[in-house]
Amino acid sequence: MRMRFLGVGSWALGVLAVAGAAAFAGARQAPQQPAPAPQQPSEIAVVISGDPGTPPRYAIPDFVALNPEAAEVAKTVAQVLWDDLAFEREFYLIPRDTYSTVPAARTADQINFNSWRELGADGVIFGTVQRMGANVRVEVRLFNVRTRQAVFSKEYTGTDANPRLYAHTIADEIHQQQRNLRGVARTRLTFASDRNRERVAGPVENRDVKEIYIADYDGANSRRVTTSRQLNINPSWSPDARAVAYTSYVPVPDIFISYLYRGVRENPTKRQGSNFLPVFSPDGTRMAFMSNRDGNPEIYAMNVDGSGVRRITNHPAGDSSPTWSPTGTQIAFTSDRSGTPQIYIVGADGLNLRRLTNESYADRPTWSPAPFNEIAFAARTGPGYDIKIFDLASGMTRQITFGEGTNESPAYAPNGRHIAFSSTRAGRWQIFTIGRDGRLVKQLTRDGNNTTPAWSN
Amino acid sequence: MTSLAAGCARRQPPIARPVPPATATPPAVTAAPPAPRPTERIEDPLPVPAEPLSEDSIANRLLDDLNRQSPLKPAFFGLDSADLDDRGRAVVAANAELLKKFPTWMILIEGHCDERGTAEYNLALGERRAAAVMTYLVSLGISPNRLRTVSYGKEFPFDPGHDESAWGKNRRAQFVITAR
Repeated sequence: MRMRFLGVGSWALGVLAVAGAAAFAGARQAPQQPAPAPQQPSEIAVVISGDPGTPPRYAIPDFVALNPEAAEVAKTVAQVLWDDLAFEREFYLIPRDTYSTVPAARTADQINFNSWRELGADGVIFGTVQRMGANVRVEVRLFNVRTRQAVFSKEYTGTDANPRLYAHTIADEIHQQQRNLRGVARTRLTFASDRNRERVAGPVENRDVKEIYIADYDGANSRRVTTSRQLNINPSWSPDARAVAYTSYVPVPDIFISYLYRGVRENPTKRQGSNFLPVFSPDGTRMAFMSNRDGNPEIYAMNVDGSGVRRITNHPAGDSSPTWSPTGTQIAFTSDRSGTPQIYIVGADGLNLRRLTNESYADRPTWSPAPFNEIAFAARTGPGYDIKIFDLASGMTRQITFGEGTNESPAYAPNGRHIAFSSTRAGRWQIFTIGRDGRLVKQLTRDGNNTTPAWSN
Repeated sequence: MTSLAAGCARRQPPIARPVPPATATPPAVTAAPPAPRPTERIEDPLPVPAEPLSEDSIANRLLDDLNRQSPLKPAFFGLDSADLDDRGRAVVAANAELLKKFPTWMILIEGHCDERGTAEYNLALGERRAAAVMTYLVSLGISPNRLRTVSYGKEFPFDPGHDESAWGKNRRAQFVITAR
């Protein structure tokens, strides 16, 4: 499923390419390029900057297909890379339909830097794609339009099974190199969906099956994980992104873990009562969940193999929806012990309980990854719900959705900059992403009802 | 009740059934052998709901048919509440009588919620609704071994509408017969 890269690309190559490209270009175009490359390019030298106070402006023309069979991949990679780089809003991406004034380059030394500069580009990405049977070779360089030097240069080879993954990889590496930012282009979402429109087999008719799906962070490449033709809900990722835990009704709700690359499914809770809402601890060894095994919904934690069960909460009200702090030492959860559902925090040892929210109704806390220290949740703001964020340092709450449909089940991206959630704003329940500042809403799913997203590392 | 049970036995005598657990069997039934007693019909003592099924048809139905038009009525709840009110208790008590009459039935109590709550919280709320019903059934003498609970949160609304009337129908504990 995951593509294997036999990439020869590496940081060393990237650095070499900086020096090498200049030397190479210098050999061919000696008159235009007299300045020798610096002996030891500093990090500053490879970072392309924009005009003062504005983000660098990038252009990404279609990659060059080195043979006709590569044409489609070449187009896909460029478009997906454009979308990936636009997603983090670190660069201004010049719209791809405005490049017609720039003569297309077949090779890197044909790049018309003057035209790109006239279009306002600070950086331009030049890539080639070659197809050899079922394999693809993608070469990519990011040029600084002013200095005409390649500041990023890599080559990837692999199968043609998922061309988008080349773009995602390039985007993540450019974000890392240019902005020192962990991109999320190779992350994935998991969610529950009724899109295959089957009905639950059982004594009660007309109940739609929900199955667990995974998809790329942009909604592409969705795949079904469960095939139980039952209700499967509330999936969450293991920290290594190789397993998904969820509740499956068998027919009593119980926790299962599907190991995606081993094709193994495990059942750690083994029908000890009803078990819901599993979430992996940040180190991947423990799992918090809700269970009625002692007669009332309470929060428990256990080892991933089901051993070492520990009860975290103890209250006659309902405690549900646990989420781990990034260090794994605390758990936030929902409780209606005050009379309405509110968010609480408790130590993973069950001590030091404190109430966080004072909403009319708050549920599904999700703790942000570091460096942000905040908890997103769904809060009742009228007839429906909106996503709010509680900042733990200041104790302040801010709202990021505003009554477009009802909005539930926030889940942080691993870099903390985005939140996935389910919303009815487009009619049925669909998965959306939004920046943690409330900007750039993007719809990821369109088929059937899709709910309760979780975002992989 | 005696006459009903007798009437039931009269109309379909020789079918072998699992022997009911003694505790769950109303003494009246054990006292009454299947004496075919003529027509003198007493009014139905159960506050059984609309579209009542006659008892012999209940006994003869397939499980799926039985659940399709269940003799066990759902109990409804207030907004964000897992407490059985008087009407809810009356419904559960009526169901308990029926369960005593058919002591081999195994029951799944489903806790459901309306769409106004959030998906995750509703799982806990549905759990507590089902538990409240189970507790009340057990207090009425139904063996806990015959009962299981499950929470479906807001996953399976009874009425897909988005108004008070739909929500009222969806906040419920629903009884599913899983074996008989």
